[in-house]
Formats: sequence, structure tokens, C-alpha cells
Amino acid sequence: MSDLAIAARQVKYEQKAFWRNPAAAVFTFAFPLLFLFVFASLNSGGKLDNRGGISFVTFFVPGIVAFGVISACYTNIAMRMAIGRDLRILKRIRGTPVPSWAYLAGQIGSSIVTTLELVTIVITAGVLVYDVDFRWDTVGGLVATLALGAACFCALGLAISGLCPNGDAAPAIVNFSIFPLIFVSGIFFPIDDAPSWLTSLAKLFPIQHLADGLQYAFDPRTAAPGVNGGDLAVLGAWTVIGAILALRLFKWENER
Amino acid sequence: MPAIHVRGLRKSYGAHEAVRGIDLDVEEGEVFGLLGPNGAGKTTTVEILEGYRQRSAGEVSVLGHDPAHAERDLKEQIGVVLQETGVERYLTVAEVVDLYRGYYRKSRPVDELLALTGLEGQRDQRVKTLSGGQRRRLDLALALAGDPQLLFLDEPTTGFDPSARRGAWDVIKGLRELGKTVLLTTHYMDEAQVLADRVAVMVGGVIVAEGPPDDLARGDAATEIHLTLPSGAGADTLPDLPAAARITVEGESVLVTVADPTQAVNILTGWALGRGLSLPDLTVTRPRLEDVYLELTKEATPGE
Repeated sequence: MSDLAIAARQVKYEQKAFWRNPAAAVFTFAFPLLFLFVFASLNSGGKLDNRGGISFVTFFVPGIVAFGVISACYTNIAMRMAIGRDLRILKRIRGTPVPSWAYLAGQIGSSIVTTLELVTIVITAGVLVYDVDFRWDTVGGLVATLALGAACFCALGLAISGLCPNGDAAPAIVNFSIFPLIFVSGIFFPIDDAPSWLTSLAKLFPIQHLADGLQYAFDPRTAAPGVNGGDLAVLGAWTVIGAILALRLFKWENER
Repeated sequence: MPAIHVRGLRKSYGAHEAVRGIDLDVEEGEVFGLLGPNGAGKTTTVEILEGYRQRSAGEVSVLGHDPAHAERDLKEQIGVVLQETGVERYLTVAEVVDLYRGYYRKSRPVDELLALTGLEGQRDQRVKTLSGGQRRRLDLALALAGDPQLLFLDEPTTGFDPSARRGAWDVIKGLRELGKTVLLTTHYMDEAQVLADRVAVMVGGVIVAEGPPDDLARGDAATEIHLTLPSGAGADTLPDLPAAARITVEGESVLVTVADPTQAVNILTGWALGRGLSLPDLTVTRPRLEDVYLELTKEATPGE
């Protein structure tokens, strides 16, 4: 079997295991959908005047998509790796001939499959329930942002897992590392009126650019193909940073 | 060329030297037992051979490879059962075995692996529902997935109930019949005596004895004859025994230690029959590996 086929099999079995673990499946899918319904209901019929009067849900659905990418890639992979290290699954893997890259590619691949499922559900719910206008002419921008966003947050997820001393500490460390940035990055509500130091700070990190790139593709004022080069450049840079950090920080075994 | 060849192996963690210069040769097709108390350096040694740890000094060859280089070719040929390792809990036994088979270029079929380890009945059960013993057998099935020539088993039956242990022993005996080389660590002496062709006893980071378990058990230790004095017969009425025999009397209890028990037993039973006495609890005990082991580990760790 080629190494690529090994990675593909890993994806298949990771997905099987994911869907049989109620906690992982429910949390990854329920949270974004819950946020979608709560925030969209609170702001139903709302318009964003400083964004050319687009409806709140047109802004909010891509924000939730960004949140979904972060949970399915960053949070999910970081937790899985921290727990896998605790249970010494990773140590066992190291004893087999499987190349590290093929095993980790399987993990990333599985997160990407989960992301695609989640994104499809969120966008479908937005279109069917909240009448969001899905633009086929900007699909290019949507897909490019999603692809780079997924790569970026998988790499960062692998990196942060290396900073978790054990699986018990992982939920706290992973959530604390991401939630403050999520709130200041314009995912749940626009930060157009926030103090400029806060928006400048948020712009240094990838979350704001993931959300912005997706919102750009959904915005009715955007011209086809809806690719926001600036956002993609920052996401690309963070993908490289994430990959370097992952190579330095990722661990197969807990410290003794 | 032995399957495992070790000369002058050392491993330090900071100031602590866990392995202090050991030599080891494990021949192809041999079941080799590495014995020793906790903290003796067994797991460190085995993890160096498996490629998990880097040695501080010495020469190591495993199937002709240096495990420190973590070569894929070597990992294709070895199987590893570590202490306490997990697997994906939400997959079934057959799925996990199939997943691990896929990591190797050449592998055994799932059904064969399950039959070898007696897990056919758990085929479609999820891993998280397995008992401790079944999980340990799954560890073995996964280690065998790539049809390895050489298997490392680190305390494969720790925590088992007696019947599960016998089941595991049968599996390991089956590996010998398949011609596998096995390096087994254990602190159960009966396990080593039943399974291993040769054993090495490790204490405080060094090997203090090595050889076939029966030879080690023979050593200088003598056979013991136990009996309780029948009522009416005092210790002073005991017959003369061969000069080599040592007699210890404690109250009614008599212990005779002698290299060859044949003559002594004959004299003792002749004495009892001649006086119309019976010796209902007469026992003759061969020295066991455990006694030798306790002796060795006591000598080598005077501080404990």
C-alpha cells in the first residue's frame, strides 16, 4: 500500500471513530449550529448599515462557517492529539512503520472532511432557514478561503497540542487560546465600531481574515470571483507559521 | 547473526544511570525473558531496542539495524507490545486490526490475527467494551499485524487473572511455534520459567545472572524436604542423614536442605516406617526460579 493510500485509510477510520463518539460529533456540530440559530434569531431581520445595508445573516452565516472551520480543524485536532498522547495511541503508532507525515495527513484529512460536512450544513441552513443568498459566482473565493483556512488551523491545532501537558489540560488550553480571539475577530458580531487598537490587533491573527475572506465571498457587493487576496495572504503566512510551530512543538509522547 | 546483539549498553537520565553497561544476545527463534524488579532498567532497555529511546553509550543491533535510526525497514520487521497503550476506542476489534495491517507492506489477514490471539468472538465489538485481558490480546494482535520476525512484549500479562494469564501464555507459546523471536520482560517468575528459553535477571541497571531458567534454578540452590515430626517422635530421634544435608528444626517442623534428595528421603521414610509413624505432610520441593531470583535481587540491592 502506498503512503498516500495509508493516509486515505486513516481518514476513513478516523471518520468512523468520530461519528461513533457522541461527544466529539455533538460538540463539533451542535455548537456552530446553536450559535447560528441563537444569534440569527436575536438579530432576525436586522441590517448592517455600515456594510451597505446587507442583512445580518449574510454577515453572520460566513462567520459561523469560520467558527466551524476552527472547531473542526483547530480544536478537534488539538484535542485528539492531546488525548491520543495520553492514551499512548501516538506512541503505539510510532512503533509501526507508518511515516509520521502519512499518519498526520490522515488526521488533517479527517478534519477537512468534517469541515466540509459542517460547512455544507451551516450554509444549507442559512439558505433554507434564513434566506441567505448563496452566490455561485464567488464560489472560487469561498473555496480558496476555506482551503487555506483549514490548512492554517490544522497546522496551528497540531502546534497547540504540543503545548498541552496532558489531555485533561487540553480543553482549557485550546479554548483559552482561541476564544478571546474569536470574540474580537468579528465572527459573532461586526467589530467595525470597535476601538482601532483592538481591530488592528485582531488583524494580526488569522481568525479575522478567515471570517473576512468568507464574508467577502457572501457579500452581495463583491465582484466575482470573490477572492480577497489580502486575507488569503495572511492566512497563507499563518499556515507557514503554524507548520513551523507544529514541527517544533508537536510531541508523540507526554513528558515523563 | 543473533536477532538482538547488545554490548556495553548504557542509558542515563540526567545524573541517574538507568542502564549501566549490559551485554545481551538473543538468537533467532528464541524466547528470551528479561526479568527484574520495577526500576531495574528493563523497560528502558527494551525501549532502546524498539527505537523509542536513544542510548547514551554502547553498541546495539536489532535484526542487523541500529534502532536509533528509526528506519522503516526495521519497523516493518518488529512488533511491539508496550505497557499500557491505547487504541481508538470507538472502532471495533476487526477495524482496528485492519487499520494497523495497513501500516505494513506485508501483513497477516485480519481473521488469522484474531484467531491467533483468540479474539474471534470479539470481532465486531468496540474496543472500549473489551475486558483488560481482551485488550491485552488486541495489543498482541496489533503487534503481529505486520507478521514480524521479532516481537517485544513488555510485561504482557501484568494485571491478568490466572486463567487469562494461561490463555496469554498459550498465545506466546504459539508464537514460538511460528518461529518468531520474542523478547519478553516480566516480573512473574513462573511466566519466565514456562515461556522463556533463556532468561537474564536485571537489577539496578546491570545483568546479574543469565541462562536457561532451569540451569539458573539449579545453580547452587538445593532441594528442600519438609516434614512435621509425628507426635511421640522428638527431634533427637531423627536418623543420621548424609553429611551434605543440612537439618533445621523449628518446633515440630523439620527442614532438610540437600543437593540430591534421593538418599535422604529413603532414610527418612525408612525411619518413619520402622517406628510405625506416618509423615502425611512430607514434601520435596525443587528450587524454583523465583527463589533464585529473590536471592539474586536481594544480593544485588543491599539497600532495599
